[in-house]
Amino acid sequence: MKILYFAWVRQKVGLAEEDVTPPASVTDVAGLVGWLAGRSPGHAAAFADPRQVRAAVNQDFATPAQAVAPGDEVAFFPPVTGG
Amino acid sequence: MPGPTIRVQEAAFDLGAESAALTAGRDDIGGLASFVGLCRADDGLAALVLEHYPGMTERALQKIADEAWARWPLTGCTVIHRVGRLVPGEPIVLVLTASAHRAAALESCAFLIDWLKTSAPFWKREEFAGGDSRWVEAKATDDAAAARWAKPA
Repeated sequence: MKILYFAWVRQKVGLAEEDVTPPASVTDVAGLVGWLAGRSPGHAAAFADPRQVRAAVNQDFATPAQAVAPGDEVAFFPPVTGG
Repeated sequence: MPGPTIRVQEAAFDLGAESAALTAGRDDIGGLASFVGLCRADDGLAALVLEHYPGMTERALQKIADEAWARWPLTGCTVIHRVGRLVPGEPIVLVLTASAHRAAALESCAFLIDWLKTSAPFWKREEFAGGDSRWVEAKATDDAAAARWAKPA
């Protein structure tokens, strides 16, 4: 599974992207957040308040309940501020 | 009739040139509405640095523009959003909408800028003269502006 990070989420994690293989118990975005948060202090800091982090699965905005599977591209980022 | 034109780019854009390109050779456009968002020098701001999600950002802009195309009788639409480092006074975003009549052009232009502020993956970081920088936080007023375009359930 390819994970991408943007804006301050990227800065806190310390990576722009990484390939990960979560355990089979990780089936949705919320579960993935919980698992990623345990990977490093940077990950933990990025996901300290999950309500501040938005997600996309395969380049579409996703809710915490959205399913994730091996091969997906999952991105995490703050609420958007374009325009 | 061609659909919307979407571009994400570092280079500046020119409102006059983009308006001319949209209307060239056309005799069916009665109204052309435009919105240009510019970088303001709030609180000693030295620059805005805009980050995006290559791939998803273009998809999101296309979806928003396609939605406008479906909801109003548009005959032309251009959306350009810049990324990278922009200094105060520089243009950030351009929305152009064309239609036979003004209401569709004006309403869809407002819809597009309201929706892209809340639905397109861009993030702004502010850089200040002293070297400090901070990420811009999303505003509830932007969510409210976008929500006024929600279709009745």
